[in-house]
Amino acid sequence: MKTTTHLALLAALAAGLQTATAGDITGTITLKGTPPPEKPITQLKDDVNCGKMHTEPVFTRFYVVGKAGELADVFVTLKGISGKSTGPSAPPLVIDQKGCEYVPYVAACQTGQKIVVKNSDPFLHNVHPTPVNTAGGNKESNMAQMAGGADLTFVFPAAENFLRFKCDVHPWMFSYVNVVDHPYFDVTGKDGKFTIKNVPPGKYTLVAMHRRAAPAPAGFEKEIEVTADGAKVDLVLDVK
Amino acid sequence: MAAAVLFFCTRPTFPVKPPGTTPSPWLNRFAVFTALATLTLLGMGGLVTSHGVGMAVPDWPNTYGYNMFLFPVSQWVGGIFYEHSHRLIGAFVGLLTAILAAWLWMRETRGRSRWLGLGAVILVVVLLGIRKMPVYYTLAAAGVLVMGFGLYRYGREARQLRWLGVVALAAVVVQGVLGGLRVVWFKNEIGIFHATLAQLFFVLICAIALLTSRWWRVQTSSQGSQTSAGRGWLNPTAGSRLRWLAVGTTLLILLQLMLGATMRHQHAGLAIPDFPLAYGKLWPAMDAESVMRYNQQRLEVTALNPITSFQIGLQMTHRIVAVAILFCVAWVAWLTRRNAGNALGVMGGSLRRLAQVWLALMLVQAGLGAWTIWSNKAADVATAHVLVGALSLVTGALWCIIAFRRLPGTTDAAAALSGQVRQTLAGDFARSNGGFHGNPATVTNH
Repeated sequence: MKTTTHLALLAALAAGLQTATAGDITGTITLKGTPPPEKPITQLKDDVNCGKMHTEPVFTRFYVVGKAGELADVFVTLKGISGKSTGPSAPPLVIDQKGCEYVPYVAACQTGQKIVVKNSDPFLHNVHPTPVNTAGGNKESNMAQMAGGADLTFVFPAAENFLRFKCDVHPWMFSYVNVVDHPYFDVTGKDGKFTIKNVPPGKYTLVAMHRRAAPAPAGFEKEIEVTADGAKVDLVLDVK
Repeated sequence: MAAAVLFFCTRPTFPVKPPGTTPSPWLNRFAVFTALATLTLLGMGGLVTSHGVGMAVPDWPNTYGYNMFLFPVSQWVGGIFYEHSHRLIGAFVGLLTAILAAWLWMRETRGRSRWLGLGAVILVVVLLGIRKMPVYYTLAAAGVLVMGFGLYRYGREARQLRWLGVVALAAVVVQGVLGGLRVVWFKNEIGIFHATLAQLFFVLICAIALLTSRWWRVQTSSQGSQTSAGRGWLNPTAGSRLRWLAVGTTLLILLQLMLGATMRHQHAGLAIPDFPLAYGKLWPAMDAESVMRYNQQRLEVTALNPITSFQIGLQMTHRIVAVAILFCVAWVAWLTRRNAGNALGVMGGSLRRLAQVWLALMLVQAGLGAWTIWSNKAADVATAHVLVGALSLVTGALWCIIAFRRLPGTTDAAAALSGQVRQTLAGDFARSNGGFHGNPATVTNH
């Protein structure tokens, strides 16, 4: 009993030490070039239910770009890093259906982590994740979610980029979740910024993936070195 | 499937008159009504895929947990409207087909087999109503066997349409189960097969409508044949080539429809957004970097799978086959006019007109194909493209059925009439030449 306690303390100390020496990778991703203009989703406006939820036109969200070129919805992660998924103990990733749109549009979580899908709309949706990595154990499913219905929970055991959730009742509704088998990742916000926390010092390959500007599986790669102070990496993606 | 169509189109004999029965205009009207309902079903299926809502109802055979016939109309919103309507119309067509099969069977059988057949049809309808997956699996497996058996029996008893009715009933059961399995098994491949079988089923129902029609009866009756006997094909060799050209063209259209179904069920929208060029070129670049660049510029609202080089190749193949079909149908129309010449009988005239309709349909279809691209695959335009494609296939198939029935040496009736044909032709030539006393058989072989 005493030995076990000592070992646990030792492990906690080691983990704490690693966290103390680990650094954050931060940076900004910008888009170079002029992306095609986003399209208005006319089907949403024409829908008897969804049309009432918006007073302004709703557009597609392929390239969410700031004034200085800051690019949102870029999935950033590290390639070949050794680190186990802490998904089962991590707080769930929440995706909402609001105004006939998925929020967020692009997200990320770990393998084994719960994905909770809510329905904030006063009418039904169907929630239909369409994984590609079925060989790894990710399963396609299709579930109805009535207005005010219970949240739906999904868990994916295998890593996969841009795993698509869709609503077939409203076929313009999509959300993409990157499922990763370690805790080192982030998705850029509207300011184009990302932070990957607590990365142990060392040399890594940073990978940035955007659905159109740097599509999976290759994405955009850059060799980086993380010290105890972390690392700062700014990337520029091209649209041709 | 292609073999089935080939078999059907090239059947050496077609029914002249069902044995022991009298003509029924109501049966024919019912068959025509079933064909129209099937066309409506095809259109609704096209709308389902064009809107990308094939999975809008997640369960089957229920609809959001309801018995599908009791699903509240207030819930028919968004994509549910198309998918649920497709299911209801499918059930309606299934019922019509069951009635048609029973009707054909009752007309052409007597005694115990008559009631056994009717009982079997009723049993199938009742089993479908149980709405249990094991029952559906069993019915679908049995349906495949029955389709094969029905075609075999029709091959042996071509005068009896009841076997076509049996094949139609089995096909509609298989088709319905395939549609359901596509939903619950998440398999796009099943959707492609479902779309192809739908086209073949439509051909079958239209063939039944033709073979039960008064027009067909008149043309194939001894009186009608005698009337037109001397006005048939003047050149059997050219006629034979023409028939096979039409069969080949019809099969090419079937292939084209399968290509189209594959493109639709990839759910990637337009793989090539421009026409008549492809990404500004006669042949688009299909390397990885180019495909990535194409994807960067694509902003599809509903069909959001990225395109691949395979899909670009598929659409280029679709375009090339379209040109080939247009050429072949124009050739058929021209040869029909040329070979039948001015001596067309009633059926020959019908073939000529049908070939012209076929060509017109192909021109419309080519226009709709271009419009589908220019409209960025607008759902109504893309669906019209599907429907005209189905009508083109049916027109080709019916043309083949009529042509194979009519040509010397291909049917019982034609064989029986071949002597009369030769005599009449010889008489015509003799009159036109001011006297001819050669071998009539030589005349027909010119």
